[in-house]
Amino acid sequence: MNKILEKEFFSKNVVQIVLEAPEIAKSRKPGHFVIIKMGKKGERIPLTIASADAAKGTITLVVQKVGVTSAKLAELEVGDSITDVVGPLGEATHIENVGTVLCAGGGVGVAPLLPIVEGFKKAGNRVVTILAARTKDLVILEEQMRAFSDEVIVMTDDGSYGKKGLVTAGMEEVIDREKVNLSVVIGPAVMMKFAALTTKKYNIETYASLNTIMVDGTGMCGACRVSVGGKTKFVCVDGPEFDAHKVDFDEMLSRLGAYKDQELKDYENFLKLQTA
Amino acid sequence: MEDIVAYLKAERGQDWRADLRKSMKAKERTSKLRVKMPEEDPNTRNTNNVEVNTGLSVEQAVLEAQRCLDCPDPTCMQGCPVGINIPKFIKKIETEDFLGAASVLKETNGLPAVCGRVCPQEKQCESTCFYTVKMKKIPVAIGYLERFAADFERDSGQMAIPETGDSNKIKVGIVGSGPAGLAAAGDLAKFGYDVTVFEALHEIGGVLKYGIPEFRLPNDIVDVEINNLKKMGVNFRINFIVGKTASFDDLKADGYQAFFVGSGAGLPRFMNIPGENYNGIFSSNEYLTRVNLMNAADPEYDTPVISGKNVAVIGGGNTAMDSVRTAKRLGAERSMIIYRRSEAEMPARVEEVIHAKEEGIEFMNLHNPLEYYADENGRVNSMKIQKMELGEPDASGRRRPVPIPGSEFIVDVDTVVVSVGVSPNPLIPASMPDLEVTDWGTIVVDKDSMQSSIPELFAGGDIVRGGATVILAMGDGRKAAAGMHAYIQEKVKAN
Ligand SMILES: Cc1cc2nc3c(=O)[nH]c(=O)nc-3n(C[C@H](O)[C@H](O)[C@H](O)COP(=O)(O)OP(=O)(O)OC[C@H]3O[C@@H](n4cnc5c(N)ncnc54)[C@H](O)[C@@H]3O)c2cc1C
Ligand code: FES
Repeated sequence: MNKILEKEFFSKNVVQIVLEAPEIAKSRKPGHFVIIKMGKKGERIPLTIASADAAKGTITLVVQKVGVTSAKLAELEVGDSITDVVGPLGEATHIENVGTVLCAGGGVGVAPLLPIVEGFKKAGNRVVTILAARTKDLVILEEQMRAFSDEVIVMTDDGSYGKKGLVTAGMEEVIDREKVNLSVVIGPAVMMKFAALTTKKYNIETYASLNTIMVDGTGMCGACRVSVGGKTKFVCVDGPEFDAHKVDFDEMLSRLGAYKDQELKDYENFLKLQTA
Repeated sequence: MEDIVAYLKAERGQDWRADLRKSMKAKERTSKLRVKMPEEDPNTRNTNNVEVNTGLSVEQAVLEAQRCLDCPDPTCMQGCPVGINIPKFIKKIETEDFLGAASVLKETNGLPAVCGRVCPQEKQCESTCFYTVKMKKIPVAIGYLERFAADFERDSGQMAIPETGDSNKIKVGIVGSGPAGLAAAGDLAKFGYDVTVFEALHEIGGVLKYGIPEFRLPNDIVDVEINNLKKMGVNFRINFIVGKTASFDDLKADGYQAFFVGSGAGLPRFMNIPGENYNGIFSSNEYLTRVNLMNAADPEYDTPVISGKNVAVIGGGNTAMDSVRTAKRLGAERSMIIYRRSEAEMPARVEEVIHAKEEGIEFMNLHNPLEYYADENGRVNSMKIQKMELGEPDASGRRRPVPIPGSEFIVDVDTVVVSVGVSPNPLIPASMPDLEVTDWGTIVVDKDSMQSSIPELFAGGDIVRGGATVILAMGDGRKAAAGMHAYIQEKVKAN
């Protein structure tokens, strides 16, 4: 049982939750995630740790409502508890001073990017961050990102805020103008696929943090498997970060859709129950 | 060793045992037929999750106990990895002292209700029974009787909670709550330690909960054992991964003096053949975890599972049998085993293979998958299979399967469960660079004390043996508890 201490909506569908989890707060590093489960009948889903405060014993999660579990999570109030929280899981991001790092976050992928941006900045890098979203309301964590980035470029699909265009346009703008030593991309699989294709053109080493379906998160089931450089890897223990140029994003996209029909049905039922 | 022989002899010489032997002629005993375990109807049970074997009646148990000759040299015991005093517990059943029988079992086996259900008896005690070895007859049903005595005790409401020694306030940690961890926890609590079991998942029990299905080992049975440990003062911390949530050093700083690692062989193996990552292809761990731990088949629960119409399960072990029978229960029209050797080489318990056949499972033995194909959505829709034949024996002593050229053919499948073995869980070794491990990733230990290359760390079960059995894991846990006790007492004395 982990108690919710703070809760804030960034937009209608994106909520930030500060959770009591003293041991995880102490052990976690940028790149780590947790698995949560709500109630006896809940499913286990992975969520990246956006930030943590070891002294206060808290971790911060940013959740986008996409299915039953995330929607239930968004409904919890301060003082409520999450039944099961386990972590920190995965391998931490390898952070060192490489020069200039181009960080690109799409949608709710911006949340897991935050501790990585912070880490690279603190390691002495020049950090340029691109925040991409469909529309203005979906741009999140801009202020926090500015605190740790030398420059933040906001891209929206509809041009309602920042520059109009996709994340890749923003990336190319930076790459055209200055030497980029490393790139980190986190977001929906499609976005990561195209971001990786972009940096590949310029031969820039790139990491992507993958958000596959998971069950246990400890390497026990293989639900999270992806092909990286032709080899099967388990995202929960071998990742979540991999060489973006080697990840088979098409396979990953297909695997993410494995339960699409059932999930959609469950989510619709859930929404119906809510409005009933 | 001599002590044991003398002890057994003295026990066997007691009046009640001698009288009992005299009460019936050996001929009469050996002329009785082995009991038949009552079971649920195959065509009904393959649609539900009810336990298949319903258990012997009192009359059946006593009759079966009468078959046992109470041999002067009980060879059956040599087949038991934990050395249960088999004739003694069986003779207790014959005298209808069922609680007494249960307490004999508990002298050496903390989980008899579990072992009576899942041990491969036909390879252990029953294979070395006098009936099997000397008389070439069907052995005494030792496993059924073990289960009977354990169930009787539980149902009687008079389950004895083992006494714990005076608390010595010394903290010890157990990593993993499978049979190895539970057995170690029980013994350490008896010695008086302050025991905490850390479990990565949200449920206690390891494979007993997430792997072995309800129809073979009901969760209630495992829970009773876990509750007994709680009553003995053992603490459980779920959702806690040692090496991640906290390191061994963190725990040592917190006062823990020694650890037992029973983290299991959790990592599923795949075959690395083309198409294996298509949707609808699972490891057996994923498939069984979704159904057993997450209750995915129940619409009330949030976790989804794919319930296919044509399900192929690759492998011939217990895990494969559990997966294929689960698929049938989830409504598969065709659920088949694809196994590259013949039935004689199958590692699964014989009873499970028989039950699977009764339930309508198809067996494609001497077949091996080569490749999977998918529809436009990436969902598997067929597979290429090759026929095999048996060649020369390999390193395992089993005859090596050899492909028959040109024998490939295609089978329609919409779900595949890959059940070709597991590797040791790498979490602990990865978090401890100084820990000595084998090339396969199993932890190296002293075989008597179960101590690893790090003195305060002991290990046992599947993390030491690779995928093995419940009884061996339990035996390791108990040995390690004794080893830890000796190690800590030594350390206390030195200070
Ligand atoms: C489907 C299936 C059917 C089987 N059928 C039989 C059978 O019929 N008969 C038989 O004898 N054997 C059977 N086996 C094998 C048997 O279950 C295992 O040999 C036995 O469970 C091993 O016990 P263990 O305690 O070593 O590990 P496990 O039971 O695997 O338990 C290990 C536990 O440790 C936890 N863990 C791992 N790492 C950490 C960590 N770092 N921190 C905290 N916790 C951790 C895991 O989550 C797990 O719960 C079967 C196995 C499977 C998968
Ligand atoms: S989530 Fe189960 S192995 Fe990664």
